[in-house]
Amino acid sequence: MKCLITGGNVKVLGKAVHSLSRIGDELYLEPLKDGLSLRTVNSSRSAYACFLFAPLFFQQYQVASPGQDLLRCKILMKSFLSVFRSLAMVEKTVEKCCISLSSSNNYLVVQLHCKYGVKKTHNLSFQDCESLQAVFNPSLCPHLLRAPARVLAEAVLSFPPALTEVTLGIDRGRRVILRSYQEEEADSTNKAMVTETSIGEEDFQQLHAPEGIAVTFCLKEFRGLLSFAESANLPLTVHFDVPGRPVIFTIEDSLLDSHFVLATLLEQDPCSQNLCSPNPCQPVPQKQAHSIPHLDDFTNDDIDCYMIAMETTVGSEGSRAQPSTSLPPVSQPSHDLAPASEEEEEAEPSTVPGTPPPKKFRSLFFGSILAPVHSPQGPSPVLAEDSDGEG
Amino acid sequence: MKFRAKIVDLACLNHFTRVSNMIAKLAKTCTLRISPEKLNFILSDKLASGGVSMWCELEQENIFSEFQMEGVSVENNAIYLELTSENLSRALKTAQNARALKIKLTNKHFPCLTVSVELLSSSSSSRIVTHDIPIKVIPRRLWKDLQEPSVPDSDVSIYLPALKTMKSVVEKMKNISNQLVIEANLNGELNLKIETELVCVTTHFKDLGNPILPSESVSQSRHPEDMAEVHIDIKKLLQFLAGQQVTPTKAVCNIVSNRIVHFDLLLEDISLQYFIPALS
Repeated sequence: MKCLITGGNVKVLGKAVHSLSRIGDELYLEPLKDGLSLRTVNSSRSAYACFLFAPLFFQQYQVASPGQDLLRCKILMKSFLSVFRSLAMVEKTVEKCCISLSSSNNYLVVQLHCKYGVKKTHNLSFQDCESLQAVFNPSLCPHLLRAPARVLAEAVLSFPPALTEVTLGIDRGRRVILRSYQEEEADSTNKAMVTETSIGEEDFQQLHAPEGIAVTFCLKEFRGLLSFAESANLPLTVHFDVPGRPVIFTIEDSLLDSHFVLATLLEQDPCSQNLCSPNPCQPVPQKQAHSIPHLDDFTNDDIDCYMIAMETTVGSEGSRAQPSTSLPPVSQPSHDLAPASEEEEEAEPSTVPGTPPPKKFRSLFFGSILAPVHSPQGPSPVLAEDSDGEG
Repeated sequence: MKFRAKIVDLACLNHFTRVSNMIAKLAKTCTLRISPEKLNFILSDKLASGGVSMWCELEQENIFSEFQMEGVSVENNAIYLELTSENLSRALKTAQNARALKIKLTNKHFPCLTVSVELLSSSSSSRIVTHDIPIKVIPRRLWKDLQEPSVPDSDVSIYLPALKTMKSVVEKMKNISNQLVIEANLNGELNLKIETELVCVTTHFKDLGNPILPSESVSQSRHPEDMAEVHIDIKKLLQFLAGQQVTPTKAVCNIVSNRIVHFDLLLEDISLQYFIPALS
């Protein structure tokens, strides 16, 4: 694979990497016919992000040398980010950026051709991997809203930088609201300030959502995409569904595409649980119900173990460490995207420190129970760590 | 208990924002006292145990275009609320370009002070930002501890030098010692001194001028060169100085020898009094 990026697009690539770095620690780079895809997922599998740069984005784009298979690699986000660490510098000095990957090389080579004949070559070591692909389909989400990124960026300005979660909803009068989300605290003397921004419908290019709907997601992860969209001056589309189902943010342009899929909090109040399942912790894909009877043998253990194991059987999904939140990418029964699969390295015990062995065995066992059509993936690791101190 | 007020003038809003920023730097938690004519920010750590005391007063009609309040009862027509100062200053920060700002006492899930800002959105539709600041209502039996501190008869009263200069001096001194001596005389001289085993550093300010006090009896018997001094905790002085972002209209320092130092500032129409007790 070889591609050449010139001019202002180098900074765009850099900005994209910065947004991705807010989500995960590893970058999955995959040259496709449609373009170069950069993807990442966070450690608790509750956020997935991908950028697809169309061939037109590059001055030169060669997917694979003739006779070579398509290569895929996984790099440490930190390493790739260090190439584009200072965007201001990149904008000022870098004229061309050349990224190349070949099976003969042990490194992913990123070469920056800068002003005054300076050439910076970064040799980044990588690991071969399976394709990282979350399962989601924006068109299946019933609700959407679309606005210039600037509108949402301004709304988010009023929140403290440290705020983790935010609720997006539609209020009476067709106003879109963003409200800071606070977990219910037992210690009521130390309540935090609640901030809410309300934006009129007129500021949105599209708004298809009923009044009263609201979903809560991680603001920190969203900020990554928001800052990219704002600098690229592109409209941002938000596809969402009921609480618990993931929210999908998309940016579309002739040169690039981006999707950020974030898990949302499952509502705690009983009436909304009917939408998902009787058990608040149970994962959404009940199509997997046929495997549940098998799991009953193992449910003498505490409920958390059961939940974590369940999640890993479907392979691609995971949840946040807290039992109250639910899964992001949901396996659709059909046609669209292939179920996600993880590369073998992830099965190492070292990736999830502190996980007691029994859970892992259980998940390995479940991997084999499932019918082959559901499990192209190998042994899936326990993806969620023991939550500290929570149930 | 009811309270609702509105600010429409941008200059008033900025003034109020500056005051709340200053309060946020001076006190993490403070008491807001609302009365028909005034708004007060009060901090009252027990002076006896070495805590600082702060009293900030502003006339409500200089800031608010609308102001309605109903206190606890007719005889006690005031409301005392405890809040985290930073919340208020953060809420006001979002009102940089507001068309209007409303504050009211509400009870949504918990008692709070709701600050509602109407911003001008770029596409001419209004955007509203609402902040619910959690508060604690202070019961009437505790009101006596939150009254305006009496200004003691000072031994020396002197105008302060530029607060920014004082701050940079004290900031450097903080690295050398925890205690600082502040002394002044009726000859317009003020010294900031620190003493350690190894080193002694003094910064002298001259020609500061002394305000004419109404009761001249104490100062008349005093030799103008005599210094009145107080040993104080340097961090408390630094916190006070760090909170001053704007040049005050008037800044006076009153010293009661070995007892207390009292800073009396006037920022346009808002008065701030800050008391730092002597170290025991």
